[in-house]
Amino acid sequence: MHELSIASSIVESVTESAAAYPGARVKEVRLRVGALASVVEDSLQFCWELATEDTPLAGSVLVIHLLPVIVHCAACNRDSQLDGVQSFRCLHCGEIAADFRQGRELEIESIEVEDPEPAPAALENREERA
Amino acid sequence: MTTRIVELRRGILKKNDELAAGLRERFTTAGVLVLNLVSSPGTGKTAFLERTLTELRARGASVAALVGDLETDNDARRLAASGAPVRQINTHGICHLDAEMITRHLEDWKDVSLIGLNLLFIENVGNLVCPSSYDLGERIRVALLSVTEGEDKPLKYPGLFNSADAAVITKIDLAKPCGFDRDQALRNINEIRPGIHVFETSAKTGAGMDEWINYLAWEAKLT
Repeated sequence: MHELSIASSIVESVTESAAAYPGARVKEVRLRVGALASVVEDSLQFCWELATEDTPLAGSVLVIHLLPVIVHCAACNRDSQLDGVQSFRCLHCGEIAADFRQGRELEIESIEVEDPEPAPAALENREERA
Repeated sequence: MTTRIVELRRGILKKNDELAAGLRERFTTAGVLVLNLVSSPGTGKTAFLERTLTELRARGASVAALVGDLETDNDARRLAASGAPVRQINTHGICHLDAEMITRHLEDWKDVSLIGLNLLFIENVGNLVCPSSYDLGERIRVALLSVTEGEDKPLKYPGLFNSADAAVITKIDLAKPCGFDRDQALRNINEIRPGIHVFETSAKTGAGMDEWINYLAWEAKLT
């Protein structure tokens, strides 16, 4: 159960990135998670609300894109997308294939931010200056 | 109100990975071989490590160990019987060690310097899931399983076994009474991590320990 640690790392990282958009609200955080990343989607979703509480990410939605394992076969030089993580064999020739092209990802793909409405006071100031 | 998508493409454990990369560089520069030992609770990591430390010291190697547990310093006291410097890391509920903990404990560990050390063992918290995500800067990650746990452990925890550089089967003195199917276990390990080194050991009888110690001596370039 390290999903809470993972969730906290995401919050920290996104809060840092979102600081470049002052006042903007983070609506959605999108992840890419490989089948071999040892992260349980339900647990991570369960921890999300707790981890984002009292942070700029409170109320945001976590979207998790699960990526299957893709191995490259040295014997026949082809890639196979595998259904599970129980056996790493080439689907074309049956050889054991340990060259992982996908499946270990644990990354923040993107965030969706909503820009704030310009404050009326700011607009007035701008008019005065003009 | 406008919304926009900001591409980040950033590793979630980037901070840990950066700290681990720094540790790895320090370990390489100091010439110390670092191993991260991962298994479920009860596999016999501590007994195995105690024997490993004792045998390496008998060969004149300079060794030390960091040992992670949720609570208690029982394991550190057991390992200290080998005569090697040992430091306990209590995680107080966290189910894995991370690179920050290793960095901090190395800084505070006044009686051990990386310079002149041949091997440093990190005994992780007993857990087959979470430690697989956290790089500690080790050069060799060792996955251990005991004959009492069943042959299918590698299939049940592929994330860890697939990320390991070596596998150790412990308690082989109990293989017969447990009805342990050795061939099946080796097949399972090879399905999950093809071509990995596998050592079959008993810390109690010493079986298989020579092969393991020779492997360590070779990897650590001990003369």
